Amino acid sequence: MAENYIYAVARIRSRELSLLNESVISQLTACPGEEECLRILSEKGWGDSGMSGEAMLRSEQKKTWALIRELVPDRMDLFDVFRLPNDYHNLKAAIKESVIDGEHPGIFVEDGTVSARLLNEAMEQSDYDLLPENLRELAREAKETLLTTRDGQLCDIIIDRAALEAIREAGAKTKEKLLEDYGELICATGDIKIAVRCARTGKSRQFIARALAPCSTIDTGSLTDAAAVGFDAICAYLDHTIYSDAVEELKKSLAAFERWCDNRMIRTIKPEIHNPFGIGPLAAYILARDNEIKTVRIILAAKRNDLPEEMLRERVREMYV
Amino acid sequence: MINFGLVFALAGAALAAATSGVGSAKGVGMAGQAAAGVCTDNPDMFSKVLILQLLPGTQGIYGLLIAFICLSQIGIMGGSADMSLVKGLLYLAACLPVIIVEPVSAVNQGKASVASIAMVGKKPETFGKSMIFPAMVETYAILALLISILAIFGVAALSI
Repeated sequence: MAENYIYAVARIRSRELSLLNESVISQLTACPGEEECLRILSEKGWGDSGMSGEAMLRSEQKKTWALIRELVPDRMDLFDVFRLPNDYHNLKAAIKESVIDGEHPGIFVEDGTVSARLLNEAMEQSDYDLLPENLRELAREAKETLLTTRDGQLCDIIIDRAALEAIREAGAKTKEKLLEDYGELICATGDIKIAVRCARTGKSRQFIARALAPCSTIDTGSLTDAAAVGFDAICAYLDHTIYSDAVEELKKSLAAFERWCDNRMIRTIKPEIHNPFGIGPLAAYILARDNEIKTVRIILAAKRNDLPEEMLRERVREMYV
Repeated sequence: MINFGLVFALAGAALAAATSGVGSAKGVGMAGQAAAGVCTDNPDMFSKVLILQLLPGTQGIYGLLIAFICLSQIGIMGGSADMSLVKGLLYLAACLPVIIVEPVSAVNQGKASVASIAMVGKKPETFGKSMIFPAMVETYAILALLISILAIFGVAALSI
């Protein structure tokens, strides 16, 4: 019930004041180096003094989820749609860690619905019963595929497809329009990215069909056919879908297409800034924080590598506030 | 013999106080949650959001006022409590505007207050403007109160 979230939405409204706006992003973009960027972010309350860029971003991510957990401790399931990608990333990492010698610290991410340690333990021991039911068969199939074929890419597409399906299902299950739209957008744009990569690397039709997850705004059969033909066929197919305005970006690069996806999501959530009720403003805040962390990560990486400001401006995302 | 006229008149007074009170409790409760949300991160906003929180509370007072006037007119609070069935029903009808309008306006004013509290939380300088939006809902609560008062005194003057 929308009225259950009044307190949470009011807290979020206060927190939105500290979100980074376009002018701060311009300021960061214009900074001469990473040090200056970190100083500005520190003044905005990001991280603690002396933190490295990546540590600062991780700390901000943690702050977001700590706030959400505090506001809706008993309805965290509503936000599975945002947390599931972490589970599937961790599953991939755990499977690869279990078949490759040595330890690789820092490969797991936090804030999934399943602990990374549990995933790692289950994969190390090949004890799939330790996993939640929805991951059991997938983990078994992905690991056995990797062990028998030694094809990491095949293992990845099995997990990526399952991740896209799970995200879409989690969004639909909430019955919240914003989250349903988010799940659908992630699934559809994920399919487009996979199709483009497959077309560029000349994958077989069978491989593409196995990689694409079904969704309602894209006919995966037609996209598979198009991807088997080539990149131009994908663009021609997308011209007849609701993603037709992404074709121009797709022709530039996958990075430009990813930026288009993020900007479209920000435009979708923007009305939530005026909504005083419901779960929508909370979901929008999570996405807005995610978007600003992603944008700051791009800026810091560009500053670290001395990329020109013009190139950076083409990559930064639109902001929520 | 049971005095059904008095039963209906008393029901009117009781319902006026009860429904208005329920509506106000809900409206003030909703606004209170929003106010607490804003004050958690910004305690300096307390006095501003408190005023906005209290706005939906007036409907409860209007219901109490109507109940009080009705009780005094029908003789429950002193005097003769004798009345005809028709007069009792007329008292109940006179209370209807308050019984119906006050709870609805209290809840809707509560929602408007929630939105205004969020507005003040983000832009404290808009406090004056933010008061106007929930206050507009009050208009209909006052109109209902006025009609109920006029009707109760009108019924009291009837000799039926």
